[in-house]
Amino acid sequence: MHEPDPPSLPTDPDVPAAPPPVDASPAAVPDESAPPGSPNPAPALLGIGAIVLAAAGALAWTAGWIGGGLTAQRMTDAIEAIGAPHPGFRRAHAKGVCVYGTFRANGAAVALSSARVFAQKETPVLGRFSIAGGDPHGADAKARVRSLALLLRTDDGQEWRTAMNSFPFFPVATPEGFHAQSLASAPDPKTGKPDPAKLAAFVAQYPEVKKFQAWAASAPWSNSWGNTEYNGVNAFVFTAADGSARYVRWSMRPQLPFAPLESAQRDQADADFLADDLNARLIAAPLAWDMVLTIAAPGDAVNDASQAWPDDRERVVAGTLELTRAEPQASGRCRDVNYDPLILPTGIAGSDDPILAARSAVYSQSFNRREREIAHGRAPEATGRGGAQ
Amino acid sequence: MNGHERFNLTARVLHWTMAPLIVAMLFVGVGMVASVANRPWLIDLHRPLGIAILVLVVVRLVNRLRHRPPPLPADLPRWQVLAALASHWLLYALMLAMPLAGWAMLSAGGYPIVLFGGVHLPAIAPQDPALYAWLRDAHGWAARLLFATVLLHVAAALFHAWVRRDGVFGSMARFGRRD
Repeated sequence: MHEPDPPSLPTDPDVPAAPPPVDASPAAVPDESAPPGSPNPAPALLGIGAIVLAAAGALAWTAGWIGGGLTAQRMTDAIEAIGAPHPGFRRAHAKGVCVYGTFRANGAAVALSSARVFAQKETPVLGRFSIAGGDPHGADAKARVRSLALLLRTDDGQEWRTAMNSFPFFPVATPEGFHAQSLASAPDPKTGKPDPAKLAAFVAQYPEVKKFQAWAASAPWSNSWGNTEYNGVNAFVFTAADGSARYVRWSMRPQLPFAPLESAQRDQADADFLADDLNARLIAAPLAWDMVLTIAAPGDAVNDASQAWPDDRERVVAGTLELTRAEPQASGRCRDVNYDPLILPTGIAGSDDPILAARSAVYSQSFNRREREIAHGRAPEATGRGGAQ
Repeated sequence: MNGHERFNLTARVLHWTMAPLIVAMLFVGVGMVASVANRPWLIDLHRPLGIAILVLVVVRLVNRLRHRPPPLPADLPRWQVLAALASHWLLYALMLAMPLAGWAMLSAGGYPIVLFGGVHLPAIAPQDPALYAWLRDAHGWAARLLFATVLLHVAAALFHAWVRRDGVFGSMARFGRRD
């Protein structure tokens, strides 16, 4: 009846329970593999305690509860610390409006990706225009960056969510750089403004941001969300039905011709001029963008969103996005959507770009925090149930 | 109690299959929420693993209700008997509730529930921010409670194995020719 135990099992349960005579040499060192014949329970108890503590410590470390590593929570905390709290609003790109429309594929991208969205004639779109920054009352004309997020749901139930920006490349290459930027952008308690020395140190440590600063200083401003180009900036892997795979970045190129917003106009623009302009345009006619896929050539940076690809890369227009209706975000369906850029249909997958993974992690934090505030009734303004709008 | 009775083979196989899955799930869960770099692959693992655990725990509960486990030693203090009973049913409840809460939470948050490739599960709850927030918190706190209960369970099992040496550990851990 004494079949051999598997080697990992520490004891033979058939040994009688009565303890052997007490040995006079208690071991002080915890030993996880206390021999079954051990006369003193102390080593076994210490071993059990050590196992439990080690497991609890490992979980706490994995969860970021101990240790000072960069976590999604800390990144989100740093973003929140740049401005005043605005419960129920997104932690970044807090000001925006919901938009509705349709994506019409032209079939040209079927050769690149098996995603249904490129074959299906029409896909309904739930989108959101926004401006960068954490203030839901920020002045539209002060926001250098504008954004368009889209949720496309095809008839096979798959979803493609994307959050695009008006900049042509990301300011920094890594989450660490982004976090450093958030920390350096927090207002100094003494002056109420970011500390120039900290900003300078950030730029010195992450020099790729100089390219972004040059773009911000020189690129012309457009006078509407509707004539702005929005870029996915991160690279994704497109896999076609034949199994071939390519790195791709996408953009939404406006069909409306570019019209500038000069510096003098910006100084006089109404705080909400972008939403007012959008509403006026949509009453008159839908707004349209071409979805442009840019295919990487060998050697292009596919894991660094701070590096633009050369202009001569192959481009494929995959279809047309048409937006027909806008709605305030407090009552619109986009409010409770997390535009996680890694919610993708089969045929599109994320690349190794570390910014992409970090965006997904931080968007989730932001979503959880604002939905919790809405759930607990702490977000009257974000839900349109407050007084002043 | 004698030292020879064991859980039936189904119970033992399910126990030792699910134990590493559940421990891995808890680490994957807290890791994917915190990690800036590893969330994509961890969340891709988390959903199908959770559904696998849900299926396994249903089989396990049916087996548990149809087969009495071996009795505990007669000399085990009454509070330990009660603690064993309570913690085992708490484990079953959490193993069942955790994946359901996760599934319902994704539904309420308006997320697609992707298992792998193009395989989706339907929503099991309406999209609603209050429900999402409640389920999200419940999922997180239930995970902490499950981890604490697992640690207690491991400590008690090792106490039986190394200190009491009363056959309780072997009733789940021994595999051998008598099957």
